[in-house]
Amino acid sequence: MKRLGLILAVLAPLGLAACDEPVAQNRGVYMLMDTSGTYTDELRKAQQIINAMLTRLDPGDSFAVARIDTGSFSEKDIVAKVTFDDRPSMANKEKRQFRDTVGQFVKMVKPARYTDITGGILQASEYLNEKNTGKKVIVIFSDLAEDLQKGYMRDISLPLDGFEVIALNVTKLRSDNMDPREYLNRLTDWQRKVESGGGRWRVINDLDRIEKLSLY
Amino acid sequence: MPSYDIFSGGPGSVMTWITVVLLTVVALYLTRAPSHGAIQSLCRVLHAALRMASVSVFRAESRLGERNREVLLAAGREASEHIIEREFERMQAAVNRDLAECPTLQRHAHEQLKRIEEDHAQSTDVPPTPPGWAHAVEAVAAIPSKGDPMVANILDKIREALVEAQDKAREEYRTATRNRHQHLKNMLPHWRKLGQSLAQMDKNVGSLLHRAKVIDRQMDEYENILQNSDRAARMLSSSSLVQFFVSVLVLTIAIGGAVINFHLIARPMAEMVGGNNWIGTFKISDIAALVIIMVEISMGLFLMESLRITRLFPVISALPDVMRVRMIWITFAILLCLASVEAGLAYLREILLQDELATSAVLRGDKGAVFTSGFMWITTAAQMGMGFILPFALVFVAIPLETFVHSLRTVLGIVGAGLLRALAVGLRMLGGVMSHMGSVLVDIYDMVIFLPLWLERRVKAHGLTGRDEPAAFSAREVL
Repeated sequence: MKRLGLILAVLAPLGLAACDEPVAQNRGVYMLMDTSGTYTDELRKAQQIINAMLTRLDPGDSFAVARIDTGSFSEKDIVAKVTFDDRPSMANKEKRQFRDTVGQFVKMVKPARYTDITGGILQASEYLNEKNTGKKVIVIFSDLAEDLQKGYMRDISLPLDGFEVIALNVTKLRSDNMDPREYLNRLTDWQRKVESGGGRWRVINDLDRIEKLSLY
Repeated sequence: MPSYDIFSGGPGSVMTWITVVLLTVVALYLTRAPSHGAIQSLCRVLHAALRMASVSVFRAESRLGERNREVLLAAGREASEHIIEREFERMQAAVNRDLAECPTLQRHAHEQLKRIEEDHAQSTDVPPTPPGWAHAVEAVAAIPSKGDPMVANILDKIREALVEAQDKAREEYRTATRNRHQHLKNMLPHWRKLGQSLAQMDKNVGSLLHRAKVIDRQMDEYENILQNSDRAARMLSSSSLVQFFVSVLVLTIAIGGAVINFHLIARPMAEMVGGNNWIGTFKISDIAALVIIMVEISMGLFLMESLRITRLFPVISALPDVMRVRMIWITFAILLCLASVEAGLAYLREILLQDELATSAVLRGDKGAVFTSGFMWITTAAQMGMGFILPFALVFVAIPLETFVHSLRTVLGIVGAGLLRALAVGLRMLGGVMSHMGSVLVDIYDMVIFLPLWLERRVKAHGLTGRDEPAAFSAREVL
């Protein structure tokens, strides 16, 4: 009723609104999955998160899932990507295909030696900027412990203006248990890094309440 | 920040404030007379201005009231003419239908009467009397034969002939009586038919008399309206308010129907026009669904106009009958198409819903949860039925809409007149307050400078009475 009323209220200036530059209302979600040795076991959870996100995405939204490995700033690390068709029936088919692709990947994945999270975030921002979606969300399914191979330069600022970065299931390492400051510092460092790039930072560790993962 | 002794005479000290207050009081005392004059003049000006404004608003309210009355009476006159016109049309139809039967009924009655008359005439026929010679023959037959066998034989023959003649006469009499009774019996259905014909005529005449009474009543109302009587204006106003509230109620129900219709077709519309196209902050699929409903309502309006049930568009009412009938069929065909489209969309909605539920179940890994129950067709059929019926139901929105539009004019007029009256009363009250405000402000002014006034009074009293004590005076006199 409220929605109908609103539509009626704006019916008159619709003509003028149509002449304006169209504002993108769709959403873009880029999920980074940590495949380093310490985190591979958590990928089943990641698959469930992906499925939950798929149920919430609408026609026209873009979704990509990429792995975090030794060098993540690469298109080759994108496991599956899709921009859902405008028609809901086609979008449903694409969701099922996407789910199957991710399922195959989770079965076949091999642990990576190093963990290049920064490269993955850069790749995500590049992908979502290219898609030019109305809302840009980067989901990092990782323990956030970055481990770069020698020679990889990642000490750069992240261009995340207008992005929301959500860290999911940030597990505690054995060393974190010995010295919790490491874990807290790790979270603080990433928050600072994201916010200095213009992005918003959130951490969700309680995966039982996945509804907190609002994509709107 | 520098600090000052409050008695030192610096800025903010008590001495400074006392000095300022004293100087102000002296200044106010010295300018007392012109200040009083200015205050009184200002209040008089405000009073006069507010009164003028109040009078103007009252006049505007009066003009608006007159205008409302004219509009109301004009609308009432038009409606009354419309009703009388309809009543005359019905009367004409009744006269054509009922009175056209009168000659036939009359002929039937005449025929029945003729048959009754004939039957009656036949029933009154005198039965044949026994022959006159019977007594003579009887006397001859009674003559004794005196032993003569020939005479006895002749007399026996005569007696037999006499008995036979009597039997024959009795039989003829019975036959004649039976025929007469039969004629009387034949009259019964004719009587009944005649009674029925008369009852039918009575009914027809009664119906005409009833319609005549209705027309008389409408004519009385119409005459009242033509005479611009207060009674007619009050009745029309009251009727208009009732119509307004009833039409608002019905329109609210219709809006509810439109909302249900909207939700029924908004989702499947995304399949047709895309689910990710936006105009401003609204999905094109939602707007498309809304447009379909609006088109249906518009077609309903045109259909009602073409049927001459409503009169919102005089152009349509004035169309030639042939064109109007064509328009009826065209609008009905468009409505039928749209209703069919809606039924299809409702079916598509159900399919999409099932598909979405299945996809969600698959994504949740809940493969066993997807099943199709045997009664799902009821939901689908109900949705399709609603999709098909609601467009036709929305057609009837035209009737309350017309009433709403017509009564809204009256209601707005009444509300506007009420607001103007309230404003005029408010202005008049404010003007009254202003007229007294002058005296109050003068008194307050004098209260501020009561000290110099008191001294002045004392000095004047000394000047008049020497060293005598001044006479007691009221506070108002001091001020």
